[in-house]
Amino acid sequence: MSQRLKNKAKQQILALRRLSGDPILLLTIVAILASLVLFILYPLFEVLITSFRDDMGRWSTAPFERFFTSQHERSALRNSLLLGVATAIAGSAVGFLFAFTITRTSVPFKKALNTIAIVPIVSPPFIGAMAIIMLFGRNGLISYQLLGIRNLNIYGFWGLMFAQVLTFFPVAYITLKGVLESISPTLEDAAMDLGGSRWKVFRRVTLPLTFPGIASAMLVLFIETLSDFGNPLILAGSRFPVLSVQAYLQITGMYNLPRGAALAVVLLIPSITAFFIQKYWVSRKQYVTITGKPTSSSIKLVSRPVQWILFGLCLFVAGIILLVYATILWAAFARVWGHDMTTLTLRHFQYVFGVGFSAVRDTLIIAGVSTPIAGILGMVIAFLVVRKRFPGRQFMDFTSMLSFAVPGTVIGIGYILAFNKPPLILTGTFAILALNFIFRYIPVGIQSGIAILRQVDPSIEEAAIDLGADARTSFRRITLPLMLPAFFSGLTFAFVRAMTAISAAIFLVSANWNLMTVQIMAQVESGRFGAASAFSVVLVAIILVAMMIIRLILTKGFSGYKGKLLQV
Amino acid sequence: MSVRLEAIHKYFSDPDQPDNRVTAVEDMTLEIQEGEMVTFLGPSGCGKTTTLRIVSGFEAPNSGTVWIGGKEVSHLPPNKRDTSMVFQSYAIFPHLSVGQNIGFGPELRGMNKKQIKDAVMEVMEVMNLTDLYHRSPDQLSGGQQQRVALARAVINRPKVLLFDEPLSNLDAKLREQMRLEIRRIQKTFGITSIYVTHDQSEAMTVSDRIVVMDKGRVMQVGTPFEIYSRPANYFVADFIGRVNFIPCTVVGATDGALNVQYQGGIGDAGSAEGSFSAGDSALTVVRPESLRLAKTEAGGPKGLLSGVVEKQVYIGATVEYEIVVPGVETPIQAVTFNPVEEGFIETGSSVEIDFGMKAAHLIPVQ
Repeated sequence: MSQRLKNKAKQQILALRRLSGDPILLLTIVAILASLVLFILYPLFEVLITSFRDDMGRWSTAPFERFFTSQHERSALRNSLLLGVATAIAGSAVGFLFAFTITRTSVPFKKALNTIAIVPIVSPPFIGAMAIIMLFGRNGLISYQLLGIRNLNIYGFWGLMFAQVLTFFPVAYITLKGVLESISPTLEDAAMDLGGSRWKVFRRVTLPLTFPGIASAMLVLFIETLSDFGNPLILAGSRFPVLSVQAYLQITGMYNLPRGAALAVVLLIPSITAFFIQKYWVSRKQYVTITGKPTSSSIKLVSRPVQWILFGLCLFVAGIILLVYATILWAAFARVWGHDMTTLTLRHFQYVFGVGFSAVRDTLIIAGVSTPIAGILGMVIAFLVVRKRFPGRQFMDFTSMLSFAVPGTVIGIGYILAFNKPPLILTGTFAILALNFIFRYIPVGIQSGIAILRQVDPSIEEAAIDLGADARTSFRRITLPLMLPAFFSGLTFAFVRAMTAISAAIFLVSANWNLMTVQIMAQVESGRFGAASAFSVVLVAIILVAMMIIRLILTKGFSGYKGKLLQV
Repeated sequence: MSVRLEAIHKYFSDPDQPDNRVTAVEDMTLEIQEGEMVTFLGPSGCGKTTTLRIVSGFEAPNSGTVWIGGKEVSHLPPNKRDTSMVFQSYAIFPHLSVGQNIGFGPELRGMNKKQIKDAVMEVMEVMNLTDLYHRSPDQLSGGQQQRVALARAVINRPKVLLFDEPLSNLDAKLREQMRLEIRRIQKTFGITSIYVTHDQSEAMTVSDRIVVMDKGRVMQVGTPFEIYSRPANYFVADFIGRVNFIPCTVVGATDGALNVQYQGGIGDAGSAEGSFSAGDSALTVVRPESLRLAKTEAGGPKGLLSGVVEKQVYIGATVEYEIVVPGVETPIQAVTFNPVEEGFIETGSSVEIDFGMKAAHLIPVQ
């Protein structure tokens, strides 16, 4: 055993000695490891430490004891888990409905359905909650204006779950579409050829092959729902407390850091657990059928009547999504939502580009700065993890992916705890927001970077080195260009997320640096749905324009590009 | 420039089981002359590619030193060594054009655009690639890709060219053509070269000298002729070409040849590995094409060996025989030429086998 350790140490030293021959590489590795510790682990550590303090700052388990004594906190935990499970199941079901209908039937308008199913991803993640209030709230268009109902109870479990399914089912859709596309339809043809009925083929072949994908989608949705902050802040109300909102209220409302931290820790545990199950168990069970060339689908798994039922259900969901966006769009132009909706006006947009414009500008600057850094950093980390051997490699891999699992609320609390005191005081600055976005939104770039690099023959990079390139030149001239698809999908993801971030950002904004999402939230809370909607419209427009620009750069500059822009 | 490897040791260990060491190269010392083309030949896993990667700098030896042109380079990374490698997979940069691929080295050396283009054009001329300057690599045939990889490696005029099984992805006909091409280019530029292959006919045709390796050890270093006709041991004899091992006993020595007792009589062995004295057991290495066969006739002359034809295969230009000889474990392989005039010996016939002094090479019983 000790011999083994000695050998291991010896190998690490050997690896270090090799690295010391390339000081820039060594420096890069050290700098990345240090910043991962500083900007991911250290804040989490601070949350953990703080959660074990009492009101006087002494060591204590008091913040956790409240989970046994306080009815309120216990129900927050129960509600969060309940919502997480319910949304995971319902969201995956809707995602599967869309994915299956689009990949396995021949219904019309597939392209439109696909677009509609993806739109919620490029919007602020609480648009659903906003629309519900505008449609079904006290002055709601449908509830009051059309039906005359004043007190339809939309606050609580059902309203919240509805909003969250709407927000998160696209993630399940994209995952499951990928899985279903990778299952060769010839397998289903073969099963049917052997005499299986349609239902039997679906149950015995298609569904089992999709199951790892479904499990994976459910776990991701569970994590997303648990971390969700925007929807519950608007819809949960005081009678339906959830962990993320309670943690926020404890910290910004009661200034009770330990109690907020304890709630954050309790929120972190199920998320991390789900993340581990997803990463180390479910993701290993994926079936991949490699056929080399795309097999044409014969599309006869679904009988005509069933196909039209599926199509009808998809249209229904698509209709709801369109209704949500139509509502937001209408509200952005209506004089006063709920009272004077037929007089159209531009005054909300005047507000956004007048008083509210600093938030637009700040958001653009922060997203504009953090996105390219996150994109490049993601590629560098992917490269180091796949291609280099150095002490701390697995640590780098693991830590950089951790942001997937840590709810924004937790990391937001971590940042205000960690960077409100020496050695690094960042609260209220541009840096704290930019750093938070960079380190939270690198995982997608890293994941797609790793996937691409594993397919690139290492001797291509060796050839560059052999011809006289140093590590930096080889990375810039050879590796990075080969990783372009991953780079751009990482870039797009980071930009969309930076534009729509709320859960961590709400702790970090200040008078100097504000964000559009936080502004929208503030407008919603004070009942100014017109301004909130106008902000949302501008936000979505910016994202769409940015994606168009990235696509333009790709098609003009890199004609060989074949990847997809948005991968979750 | 000459290349010298001195006492190179290299082992790999499984990161999960560091005690489980696999020796890749063991105590390798070798001197390669300026302008020489040396081939590392051996079965897969013999350490030939590892040695090549140690010369290029992609692997660091656990002990031992590497010298190029009289300077020790053991501590230099690959990009600081004046070596160029032609990779088994060609490793052509897929996002650059043919011209950009070949010009990559000169570009790194800070040449201006005009110089780069001139240098690229010159090399492309020599390599018969002239019209492909703007092509994208995925539009090239296998042979063209091979040429581009070679052009990219020679354009910097490296001191040492390294070939890592460069022809293994080509079909047989193209392979034979490219062998000669590689040899021609190597001679044109006069670059010291190391060539790794597991294909012996490739090694025979391209090399000045061959280094036969097995399990990380050098088994023999010599010219293709030496390797084939005077193998140093059982492994080399068995690995290169087809061979017969005939057990025998040394009975004496005359005129620089050893007298050896076979089943049917006493013959001479013109060469031997190691020293033998009367009474020693030995193995005679003799190639199938060196055997002379004659049908046994009652009262006729006896050969050094007598046996029975067990199998006869007509190839066209040659006839191949397998002959069972009492006292020899595996059947003797023999090849005869010109079957139209010489005729065949039928299966089941008794035959007398003879061979000359120069064809017989003695090695110790392993």
